[in-house]
Amino acid sequence: MKDEITREERVDNLKGMGCSRKRVEDARFTQGKGNYVDDIKLDGMLFGDFVRSPYAHARIKSIDTAAALEVPGVLAVLTAADLEPLGLHWMPTLAGDKQMVLADGKVLFQGQEVAYVVAEDRYAAADGIELVEVEYEELPVIVNPFESLKSDVVLREDLVAEDGSIPDGAHGPRKHPNHIFTWDAGDKDPTEEVIANAEVVAEETMYYHRTHPCPLETCGCVASMDKVNGKLTLWGTFQAPHAIRTVVSLISGIEEHNIRVISPDIGGGFGNKVGAYPGYVCSVVASIVTGKPVKWIEDRMDNLMTTAFARDYHMTGKISATKEGKITGLHCHVTADHGGFDACADPTKFPAGFMNICTGSYDIPTAYLEVEGVYTNKAPGGVSYRCSFRVTEAVYFIERMIEVLAIELNMDAAELRRINFIKKEQFPYTAALGWEYDSGDYHTAWDKALKTVGYDGLRTEQAQRVEDFKAGKTRKLMGIGLSFFTEIVGAGPVKNCDILGLGMFDSCEIRIHPTGSAIARLGTISQGQGHATTFAQILASEIGLPADSITIEEGDTDTAPYGLGTYGSRSTPVAGAATAMAGRKIRAKAQMIAAYLLEVHDNDVEFDVDRFVVKGAPEKFKTMKEIAFAAYNQAIPGIEPGLEAVSYYDPPNMTYPFGAYVCVMDIDVDTGVTEIRRFYALDDCGTRINPMIIEGQVHGGLTEALAVALGQEIAYDDMGNVKTGTLMDFFLPTAWEVPNYETDFTVTPSPHHPIGAKGVGESPHVGGVPCFSNAVQDAFRPFGNRHTNMPHDHWRIWRTANELGLHD
Amino acid sequence: MIPAAFEYYRPKDMAGVLAVLEEHGDDARVMAGGHSLIPMMKLRMADVPHLIDLQDVGGMSDIEVGTDMIRLGALVTQADIIDHAELSNAAPILREAALQIADPQVRYMGTVGGNVANGDPGNDMPGLTQCLNAIFTVVGPNGERDIPARAFYEAAYVTAREDEEVLTHVAIPMPNGGYAYEKQKRKIGDYATAAAAVQIVKDGGICVSASIAMTNLSDTPVYSEAAGEALLGTSVDAAALDASVAAMLGDIEPTEDNRGPVAFKNHVAGVILRRAILTAWSRA
Repeated sequence: MKDEITREERVDNLKGMGCSRKRVEDARFTQGKGNYVDDIKLDGMLFGDFVRSPYAHARIKSIDTAAALEVPGVLAVLTAADLEPLGLHWMPTLAGDKQMVLADGKVLFQGQEVAYVVAEDRYAAADGIELVEVEYEELPVIVNPFESLKSDVVLREDLVAEDGSIPDGAHGPRKHPNHIFTWDAGDKDPTEEVIANAEVVAEETMYYHRTHPCPLETCGCVASMDKVNGKLTLWGTFQAPHAIRTVVSLISGIEEHNIRVISPDIGGGFGNKVGAYPGYVCSVVASIVTGKPVKWIEDRMDNLMTTAFARDYHMTGKISATKEGKITGLHCHVTADHGGFDACADPTKFPAGFMNICTGSYDIPTAYLEVEGVYTNKAPGGVSYRCSFRVTEAVYFIERMIEVLAIELNMDAAELRRINFIKKEQFPYTAALGWEYDSGDYHTAWDKALKTVGYDGLRTEQAQRVEDFKAGKTRKLMGIGLSFFTEIVGAGPVKNCDILGLGMFDSCEIRIHPTGSAIARLGTISQGQGHATTFAQILASEIGLPADSITIEEGDTDTAPYGLGTYGSRSTPVAGAATAMAGRKIRAKAQMIAAYLLEVHDNDVEFDVDRFVVKGAPEKFKTMKEIAFAAYNQAIPGIEPGLEAVSYYDPPNMTYPFGAYVCVMDIDVDTGVTEIRRFYALDDCGTRINPMIIEGQVHGGLTEALAVALGQEIAYDDMGNVKTGTLMDFFLPTAWEVPNYETDFTVTPSPHHPIGAKGVGESPHVGGVPCFSNAVQDAFRPFGNRHTNMPHDHWRIWRTANELGLHD
Repeated sequence: MIPAAFEYYRPKDMAGVLAVLEEHGDDARVMAGGHSLIPMMKLRMADVPHLIDLQDVGGMSDIEVGTDMIRLGALVTQADIIDHAELSNAAPILREAALQIADPQVRYMGTVGGNVANGDPGNDMPGLTQCLNAIFTVVGPNGERDIPARAFYEAAYVTAREDEEVLTHVAIPMPNGGYAYEKQKRKIGDYATAAAAVQIVKDGGICVSASIAMTNLSDTPVYSEAAGEALLGTSVDAAALDASVAAMLGDIEPTEDNRGPVAFKNHVAGVILRRAILTAWSRA
């Protein structure tokens, strides 16, 4: 058969792995043709919205809905009393706790859902909300977890037995009514012994403040109960649609086959859209009650104040080393503020997520981690904002401890990292806190980063700057922020990762059409990651059909195979692997068909880009397109018609992306204003599927890192009032605040992943936060600074300068 | 973020506006660009049962640059100011300040009249107009009257304008000398942590006139006469700068908010004013 084009051109035509294929999603997004939850409009659709508590802690004495029900267009007002007969006034959280759907006698945080007003449109609902009269009796407010553990004020009476004893929680014994769990990892006594006898010990206490993922699209849903066929359809901003289906079935009693969950286009998630929220439950109930579709969409303040926050970790560390700087031990204690309910989204066995990756990229022989979860009068959540399960906290912790140790040793922080990195030949490496790192080459990445930025020259320039500052020639300091991170993503192996008992495998189902195009469906759901682009690229390389001929579909539980969704950088490590494995099943069958068509034995043909060729006779081949046609239209002895495959992939291990970041920052000590002069980010995410999308992910993650490090926070006053409930005060960077990013890479494939890919969506955030923070801290190091807490906004930087006497 | 129901009016002339105001008193509010009022209504912090849109009322969108005076209609937008070459030549401080207000999208809608009339201490134009000694023209049932910008602001959102009056024009004496509008903010779109408007005249190396106003450092804009006087007759040397900053600090009364505590704001106000004076002096 004739073949006019070169092999290279055939590779290019596939637009497979490694090419910067343009995102197929963008045509509709850039033309306003996306289909988000709020774009869904159904006949007779109603709108629901919440009466929310103005108080952080209060008993509810009465709720009067009469006036609200008089508002034209208001049809119903649901309270906990209405949900109780259905057993839906509380719901399970992903963390093994339970959460009030509507306030059951009391409220535990400002903004808590108290009543749900159902109306013909959102204007009537808003007017109805104004007229629901709730009588509150204020209770003492606790916003500090340390005080909470000492307080006589019981936040959760439902978790104290009648005799006053404290029953175990989902994660073991509880020592105080406001205590949720204590979880530890590593070896306590040996670690303490190593630290007690060490030549050098650095200690530091740091607070990783509460912030919020703040996706541009807020959370929302449309519930539609068809009373004729008994089917419930639920559209929503779900990062895990199948898990939502199962949870809805378990708590509502509706059989799972009668529930269809659809995640349409999602405008960013970053962890905020993993959990289940009262709005979903109330909308479902309202649709069942009214027989009409019911929409609920958060506004920005609802989103910031009530749905899943991130961080709020008070961390105390001790790190020990020899005089030469070889680290010998690490001790970490965390007091974790979980708010009024424990609604963290972590795998069941990991109530503090993967915080035990906190030994970082370093060969630390002995370590111990202890995390205490505590209730306070703040919103529930504790999700992983653009990180895999508390990995930002872990990486921030170790990257700060390294800097503090460098100060203690009077040593260069880059060099201290270098002499403690896990060496290339040590992989797979089992860390002191239990994880088995799959692969890495940290020294190569670090050397490349430092060489590219001219690290030694930067230090020389910085020293000169300090001289100039001291001589009164400048009021600006220069900070060099370093960070080397190791992520742990791709949850995860079913043997140790589940959420609510649901194993964290993922899936892909492929159907090849007779004319050589295909559709693949996955258990994940893109929220901007570009899955429709990249998964098609994986398949293109695996099955030899052009990516442009492959449709990727996600998010409809009636059609997509079961999966645990998209968060924690798990899509490529898990669903991407399933995609490759399903593709290989297609290829295996295609090989048999090709052999039949070419009249040779199965083992006498081999795959080559987009075809099977007879070994040693490249002119004899069948393209995948021809094979697809034959699969459906030619009777082949011993082979079923059709060309389909499905794969459920249970990963043998996590993947461990890593990276080396450097930030150069100028700081005006008089105003606290920072200016990022340079930001260099080297990422190693293993095999690279689409370099352009990787670069986009890095830019996005770094920008969210900049936000968190330099000002983004959910702040409360002593009364539990949220001080940062709008985008006026909650820092969401614009193009103006964002510096130019230089991206770079090395490639160290994952040895256990079918295509060697590791995941990248969260790396830049995980590595970026400590890098920005370290730059600020480094600028003040010559003047005696050890550590200051984020966020490094203008006034806090000014305070640091002030306390160091730089305004005198 | 859903406003309460309101009646919407779009009169064709000022008589129509005043008729609605007269009928409904403080239940009615006029709106120019709406970029302050509408968010307040959506937050249900402003209750406006009768909203009067000024967009169809003619004669308030002109920029007139005369020999001695500049006259801006209340509906002139910040974007109009930025784009107006003749105005930028005559009073470059207006453009420098307008470019620091919010972001381009807001500046296409936000107006001079709304910015000065709303009485929000965070707005930039009140301080700016005080620095420039502008005169606001308001019209009401009893006709027109002029109110100096320096006498307009009484407290946050409380001004010398009566409820049934509409601010129609801002007249600015032609500025001369050097200028600067210096603003520190947390991010694009933010109100000032501290901002300073400075207009300064140099003659033979000596400061012969200086006008200074500060933004978002009290519950009103602060025209600091003393800060300007401290520069008069000096060569704007270190001692004069210190005296001017000290005088300004005596006039402002910042409060703590998410931007920072009082000590920080006082410090930054001093730094910003110092920079503004030096920039203005270098341009004088």
